[in-house]
Amino acid sequence: MKLNERSVAHYATCDSPADHAGFLRKRVERHHHHAHHHHTTSYQRRWFVLKGNLLFYFEDRESREPVGLVVLEGCTVELCEAAEEFAFAIRFDDAGARAYVLVADGQAAMEAWVKALSRASFDYMRLVVRELEKQLEETCKSLAACRNSPRRSSSSGRKRHLSNPALLPLQEKPAILENGYSTWGSGGGIPGGAACPDRDGGHIKPPPLPPRRRSAAGGAMGSPAPSLSSATPESPVSPETACFSKLHSWYGQEIAVLRREWQERQKRGHP
Amino acid sequence: MRYNERELLSLARQPAEKAAEILMRVPKKGSVLKKRLVKLVVNFLFYFRTDEAEPIGALLLERCRITKEEENVFSISFTEEPERKYCFECDSEEQCQEWIEALKRASYEFMRRSLIFYRNEILKMTGKDPLEQYGISEEARFQLGTHQP
Repeated sequence: MKLNERSVAHYATCDSPADHAGFLRKRVERHHHHAHHHHTTSYQRRWFVLKGNLLFYFEDRESREPVGLVVLEGCTVELCEAAEEFAFAIRFDDAGARAYVLVADGQAAMEAWVKALSRASFDYMRLVVRELEKQLEETCKSLAACRNSPRRSSSSGRKRHLSNPALLPLQEKPAILENGYSTWGSGGGIPGGAACPDRDGGHIKPPPLPPRRRSAAGGAMGSPAPSLSSATPESPVSPETACFSKLHSWYGQEIAVLRREWQERQKRGHP
Repeated sequence: MRYNERELLSLARQPAEKAAEILMRVPKKGSVLKKRLVKLVVNFLFYFRTDEAEPIGALLLERCRITKEEENVFSISFTEEPERKYCFECDSEEQCQEWIEALKRASYEFMRRSLIFYRNEILKMTGKDPLEQYGISEEARFQLGTHQP
C-alpha cells in the first residue's frame, strides 16, 4: 500500500507542535531464524517525537528525516515485564502484530511517555473537543448570551472519564444533531465562521466544528445501545482496554442496525 | 521510512467517517481519472480499487491543503509540494462541498486548534480552565500556542 511518505516525513520535522519528545531505547525485533543463536535482546537508542496519533523516531535528535513511524490509532500502551527497567510496550489488537518495546531513562520519563501515548488517539482528541464544544454552548446559555433554541444537555457523568480514555461512556447517546453538526455555530452569541483561530487569540472566529460521528440517536429511534448486545456479546470498551478498532466496530454495528431498520421500514411503506 | 503498514491496513477496514466512489487522479505524469472507493478514517484518506478489500494507498491528512478546483472537482495537496495535486471528481457539486468540508476538518491539527479555541473561550467567559476538572490541563497537546518538547 502506498503512503504519501514524503509529506508524512515532512510533517514529522515541520514546526507543528510535538506532543512529547525524548530519547527512548527501542527493542530490536529479530526474525525467528536468526543467524546467531544467542538470545540477547538488543536495543537502539532513538529520538522519538509524538505528534497527534503518530509516533516518529529518528536516528538522533538532529536527523532531518525520521527512520520510522508508528501509527498509534487503535493501540494500547502497557508497562511490560521486560528484563529492562522502565520498559513499556505499544501493542495492537491484531493477532500476530508485533509490539513495540520501548525503554525510558527513568521512572518519570516512562510515566510521561505512557500517559502521552495513551491519550494520543484521534478519537480521544475528538471526544475532548466535543466535550468542550458542549461546555461552551452551555456556558453561553447560562450567560444568556446565546440565541439558540434549547437542546438536550449532556449527562454530567461523562466528566470524570476524560482523564482516562479507557472509561469512555459509550452506552450514552450523544444529543441529536442536525446534519451531524451542532447548530450553535450558525446563530447566537458566538459568531459562526470558517476561519481558523490565530495563535494569539484576539478577534477570531471559532473554527468549523469537527465532523461528528454519525452514531445512533437513541431518543428518536427508540433503540438504546443495549439492544445491540445480541450482536456484540462483549462490551466494546472495558476498563482494561481503550481499543480504537473496537470503538469503530461498535459504532459501525450501530449504523448497520439502524440502516437495516430503516430499510425494513421503507419496504413496509412507512415514510 | 518504516511504518506499521499492518495497523494502517487494519485502520482502512474500520467504519469510515465518510466513504464514496469518486473519480481520482494521482499526481503522476500521464495519470488519468479512475474510479476509486475513497474512505476517510480519522486523519487518513484511503483509496481502493472498487472491487478490492485492501487499499491501493493512503494519504495522511496533516499539513494538507484542500482546494476547490473546477465544477465537482476538489484537490488535495501538501504544503511542501503544492503543485502535486491529488484530484477528485465528484458526482455533484454538493458531494464535492461535503468532501471539502469533511477533509478540512479531518486533521489532528485542526482538532487541536478547535480545542484550544474552545478552551480559551470558556476560560475567558468563566474564568475557569475547563480541562482542569478532567486532570488534563497540563497535557502538551492542549496548550495554547507553540511549545518546544
